[in-house]
Amino acid sequence: MRHIISVIVDNKPGELVRIAGLFSRRGFNIDSLAVGETENSAFSRITLVVTGDDQVIEQISKQLYKLIDTYKVVDLTPLNHIDREMLLVKVSVTPTTRSEVIEIANVFRAKIIDVGDKSLVTEITGDSDKIEGFISLLRRFGIMEMVRTGTVGIARG
Amino acid sequence: MTEKLKGSKILIESLKKENVDHIFGYPGGTVLEIYDELYDAEIKHYLVRHEQAAAHAADGYARSSGKVGVCLATSGPGATNLVTGIATAYMDSTPMVAITGNVSTWLIGKDSFQEADITGITMPITKHNFLVKDVNDLAVTVKKAFHIARSGRPGPVLIDIPKDVTANKAPFIYPDEVDIPSYRPTIKGSIKQIKSAIDLIHKAERPVILAGGGIVAANASEELRQFVELSQLPVASTLMALGAYPYNGPLSLKMPGMHGTAFANHAIHEADLLISIGMRFDDRITGKLSTFAPKAKIIHIDIDPAEIGKCMPTLVPIVGDARVVLKDMIHYLIENPLEPKKAWLAEIDALKAKFPLQYKRSDEFINPQFAVETIAKMTAGQAIMCTDVGTHQMWSAQYLDHQNPRQFISSGGLGTMGFGFPAAMGVQVANPDKLVIDITGDGSIQMNIQELSTVANYNLPVKVIILNNRYLGMVRQWQELFYNNRYSSVDLEGKQPDFVKVAQAYDVMGLRASTPAELPGVLEKAFAHNGPVFVDVVVNREENVFPMVPAGGVLNKMIGEKGGLEL
Repeated sequence: MRHIISVIVDNKPGELVRIAGLFSRRGFNIDSLAVGETENSAFSRITLVVTGDDQVIEQISKQLYKLIDTYKVVDLTPLNHIDREMLLVKVSVTPTTRSEVIEIANVFRAKIIDVGDKSLVTEITGDSDKIEGFISLLRRFGIMEMVRTGTVGIARG
Repeated sequence: MTEKLKGSKILIESLKKENVDHIFGYPGGTVLEIYDELYDAEIKHYLVRHEQAAAHAADGYARSSGKVGVCLATSGPGATNLVTGIATAYMDSTPMVAITGNVSTWLIGKDSFQEADITGITMPITKHNFLVKDVNDLAVTVKKAFHIARSGRPGPVLIDIPKDVTANKAPFIYPDEVDIPSYRPTIKGSIKQIKSAIDLIHKAERPVILAGGGIVAANASEELRQFVELSQLPVASTLMALGAYPYNGPLSLKMPGMHGTAFANHAIHEADLLISIGMRFDDRITGKLSTFAPKAKIIHIDIDPAEIGKCMPTLVPIVGDARVVLKDMIHYLIENPLEPKKAWLAEIDALKAKFPLQYKRSDEFINPQFAVETIAKMTAGQAIMCTDVGTHQMWSAQYLDHQNPRQFISSGGLGTMGFGFPAAMGVQVANPDKLVIDITGDGSIQMNIQELSTVANYNLPVKVIILNNRYLGMVRQWQELFYNNRYSSVDLEGKQPDFVKVAQAYDVMGLRASTPAELPGVLEKAFAHNGPVFVDVVVNREENVFPMVPAGGVLNKMIGEKGGLEL
């Protein structure tokens, strides 16, 4: 099962390497990863999306917590939470398909952020399912390039 | 205003504050400032002949004394030569602080001469590591390093110090205490869980205690003995726990696992409850996990929460220090005494009678097991035994008389050949009045044989006993059993040095024993000598270690169940 794990660590160089290294040497897979400062600049939040059964997820959480500079490890999945990722996608368009692409973007509440002769760039945020849906609809127009962030998440309330 | 000191002086003063008396190391370009400071420091520095030996010596020092072992090396190759020693300490949870020099801060990242990213390299094999870029951070980093190394589940910590940091000056302020908010090990076990554990023990019919190295690390041997005395439960000790409970005591199952006793393995296979204390279900103990102790519920006591559930599903997890948890368990056991499990103990006695450890006797040649037994008899549990890795290590585990903790020093987790001799040097430094013996093989000893120079230099009276079968014996055994006797790259016959002459070349006493009759006399001479000795014991070449659970096997299916005699 897919889990979103949020890790609070010291905001100092090398912390990301410690965490990424832990995953490779313990044989865990990372589906996505996002790093950024928290409300307190002394700490970073690393949001990891990982897939595994309960035993694997428990082991991942414990191993992360075992790192000396780790303050907190939270599996957001069982909690009431919101998660989002962002996608920038450059779609190939012709004068006849341009409006169709814009229409799809509107339905998904994506923004058109750049328009060229033969392409346009749209930006969308949402959970993974929404992003996947958007990508699959755009595919037939021709996706020239896309950039996707890792998932970030936060507990509600 | 506080006087400003050089980084190198701050380092030495900080080590003194941590009660460091001995360091094992090797100098080089980036640690010149530190060595200049060591020139007239009160801390005694032992110059090894290879940095790997410095790490193993610090490890042996720590294992035998419980104190933090310290090793020191220069940047680049000096630092990378420590790697095997650090990994060895990490796998066996030894408290160690490794100090490395590095190129000056402005040269870092430029592929400078003798530059290596040792913090990057050692990240997976240290409990934690530090790169100190500012001399003002040095003292507090040393404080943190020692705190991390010795607290919780102990382990090696590396401090990498660029050369300019050792030359720059800062006020020396050593903190009395250090608090790392993200690192606060749990010491006291949950009373609720401890009560459920006691309850399970009451209900169980066939419980077995699995004692691990965590008991030794927590100095909980006394508590384990009390707990066994009160509960009258059988106890199996892993390689790392040998001596925590008297090996030959009535309730001892000796060692379980791949080369454990058949009675320990059968008992675990039949057990309905395992009380696992400070052990981590290593594959050398369990064989195939899905068939390990198939009838048993598991109580797992460990200071490292990540160990619980890592390998085996656990019914009652207790996170805490083995000593503190055992004290609480003893308290509840006194309050609520246990009925002796008489039927189970009778079954165990029958297993012990049926499957004793045994080997073929000979008047003609020395069997390695006989050599180990002879050493055991002559030392009567008083010596500290170190080993290397291989068949001699398993025979030492099986046939020595392990009476006390911290008296069997062996690389368990990493299985590092070349560990024994330098580790024995560290043990001897920490225990100057004790008889320190390294039982090794002809393969292992050659991996750090250069340390003959160190023991000669400091007259460290380590007794190295080489069980010489002219084979890489453990690999040969696997090739015999699982690869149709195809002895690929294991035969050392005719390609080996004369160990007696090698020792003598370093001005170290060299002795040889080739027959069972002469062995005791030769050993006596070696033990009586006030200095290091190499004893070349020529043993039967193709002796195997039995019993043996093949890798990934089931504990109750052993080759050579009766010590190999029926094969």
